[in-house]
Amino acid sequence: MAKNYIFVCGGIGCRALESEQLKKNLQREIILQGLSEEVQLVTTGCFGFCEKGPLVKILPDNTFYVQVAPEDSGELIYQHFIQKQKLERLLYIHPETQQRVTEARDMDFYKKQFRIALRNCGFIDPENIEEYIARDGYAALAKCLTEMTPESVIDTVKQSGLRGRGGGGFSTGLKWEITKKSAGDQKYVVCNADEGDPGAFMDRSLLEGDPHSIIEAMTICGYSIGADKGLIYIRAEYPLAIKRLQKALQQAEDAGLLGKDILGTKFNFSIDIRLGAGAFVCGEETALIHSMEGCRGEPTYKPPFPSVEGYLGKPTNVNNVETFANIPVIINKGADWFSNIGTEKSKGTKVFALAGKINNVGLIEVPMGTTLREIIFDIGGGIKDGKKFKAVQTGGPSGGCLGEQFLDTPIDYDNLIEAGSMMGSGGMIVLDEDDCMVSIAKFYLEFTLHESCGKCAPCRIGNKRLHELLEKITKGEGEKEDLKKLRALGTVIKETSLCGLGQSSPNPVLSTMQNFYDEYKAHVFEKTCPAKQCKDLITFTIVEENCTGCTLCFRNCPVEAITGEKGKVHEIHQDLCIRCGICYSKCKFDAILVE
Amino acid sequence: MKPIKSVQDLNKIKAKTNGSVKQTPENLKDEAVVVKVAMATCGIASGAKNTYDYFVEELKRRHVKATVCQTGCMSYCYAEPTVEVTIPGEEPVVFGHVNTAKVQEIIDRYIIGHELVDGIIPASYKTV
Repeated sequence: MAKNYIFVCGGIGCRALESEQLKKNLQREIILQGLSEEVQLVTTGCFGFCEKGPLVKILPDNTFYVQVAPEDSGELIYQHFIQKQKLERLLYIHPETQQRVTEARDMDFYKKQFRIALRNCGFIDPENIEEYIARDGYAALAKCLTEMTPESVIDTVKQSGLRGRGGGGFSTGLKWEITKKSAGDQKYVVCNADEGDPGAFMDRSLLEGDPHSIIEAMTICGYSIGADKGLIYIRAEYPLAIKRLQKALQQAEDAGLLGKDILGTKFNFSIDIRLGAGAFVCGEETALIHSMEGCRGEPTYKPPFPSVEGYLGKPTNVNNVETFANIPVIINKGADWFSNIGTEKSKGTKVFALAGKINNVGLIEVPMGTTLREIIFDIGGGIKDGKKFKAVQTGGPSGGCLGEQFLDTPIDYDNLIEAGSMMGSGGMIVLDEDDCMVSIAKFYLEFTLHESCGKCAPCRIGNKRLHELLEKITKGEGEKEDLKKLRALGTVIKETSLCGLGQSSPNPVLSTMQNFYDEYKAHVFEKTCPAKQCKDLITFTIVEENCTGCTLCFRNCPVEAITGEKGKVHEIHQDLCIRCGICYSKCKFDAILVE
Repeated sequence: MKPIKSVQDLNKIKAKTNGSVKQTPENLKDEAVVVKVAMATCGIASGAKNTYDYFVEELKRRHVKATVCQTGCMSYCYAEPTVEVTIPGEEPVVFGHVNTAKVQEIIDRYIIGHELVDGIIPASYKTV
């Protein structure tokens, strides 16, 4: 391909900055300057660097121009293609060196994502073990079995600073060490694939895209702690992940990478799959273990921790899918390499499932310490439909909502807890100005209410009462005292619940109260919903000046609450209106007012 | 190592390539075009299976030496179905929103015509 290409970013972020006009101007200049044969314009998806948009990349010389305005088109084409020189003033200035980036090999600056856990996802055929092996697969296992002692494997994992990716953030190496040191004739390695947070799908993607990496890591863990049996606990709602896992297990067995005398050593290891029925609480490790034992999926008090007394009473090491996915890379590249990535206390990267009111919904992996702003406005391409950012929900039903003031907080385990949320397993739901924070808290509480196993009173009864209070507030019946009760009850539930589910279930309420107290006050004292979402607190009326009498609203009203004639101002009958908002979304003349 | 079994529908396709095409791009430089279709649960739900089948069908019909294979999630949920195309000797290129019309365009203009087309998703990440 001898041709030159101009890539113009067609991501929504850049389009908001006139990249459409830029494209037109560039195309015109290409023709005017007689370059139609040599230069071709291509619209691309988002580069993930929206803050410097509109972005233009030129191939094959790999030049990257930032903040290119439509009126720069003529100069850019002339300078780059006729004079064959780079247009200095539009090159990116590297924040560290203060130099303009001209060399193609330095062009990675805009890439904010770093894939360790997701390294093979989307690259290899997950159902083909040879492709995994072609990308260093099972090399780490071979290294462990032939060159390293179990102790040195644990040391490497400890030194790397890897912490549990399921949300707790406990040191993985330390967990392995405790399990190794616990006395027991039989030990187990368990992979927790009971992913249940609303909006989270990191573990599913990993298992569907790279199942062998989990198998390899579990085998390494087995070698280091002295276990010969592994179990993967995965929810039955993930049929494709289960299918690919089963296939991968079979391939590994056929290839002799699981079973007896692995790679000619005396080490034996086998893995079984256990299906969960989809109870959220079974992601809690003690409940998970009980479920695997065939008992009720209910948690028990810790200690004893599973590392000491777990599956069938034997020492059991439970790690999350993403935690395992990091292990082969740590073994291959070394602890120092891994611990150089991330922040002081949180090493490596974290995978997030970015969802909600955001342009580039997707699975992302960023080094610890990346800010929410970079994730939402660069990688995520900003908020949908040009709306205003309100909050981001992290940590699922156990986490909290962080508002604008936290956009520049570097994300790691400790900063998120300090901000009143938590890392969780990595669900990240972006909320915009149209989301009511009280309703969001209620939504998450509804989830935990359904998922509470009912074993302990604080979680079973407390959350129910908490939910009733929120229901009262969103109905406009809240009183001043209710706000105090919410806080007090939430705190008690946190302090007295048996397991992690109850201990964290009030977090969505407490964090929204902390960060969005004004919205609670508006609901209670003014009986209004600032986001105009709570049906009992809003009314729809016709704006007489704007209404053209087009009849669109009353033809669409499901309860015939709107009357009127063609060409005459319509009327909404409040006694009949169910506040569904259909008239508001249908009206083309801004003639429906929501208050 | 023993040969690996695959899902039935994938087996058929592999049989067509007669086992001569290794599916890792490193080994493929001079051989054939590689088309990878992201087929996690979510990709399939967005129509990746149709895209996959259509690629297989069309490439065969046009006698293009190519191998079509599935991968896990490419992580661009907003642009599913996503597809990565590697022409021998070229860098891999990822395309988003690949429906059958787009497959046609990719085959005609990129795979056969060697000309880049709209809808490319730039790699926005580094990896190990």
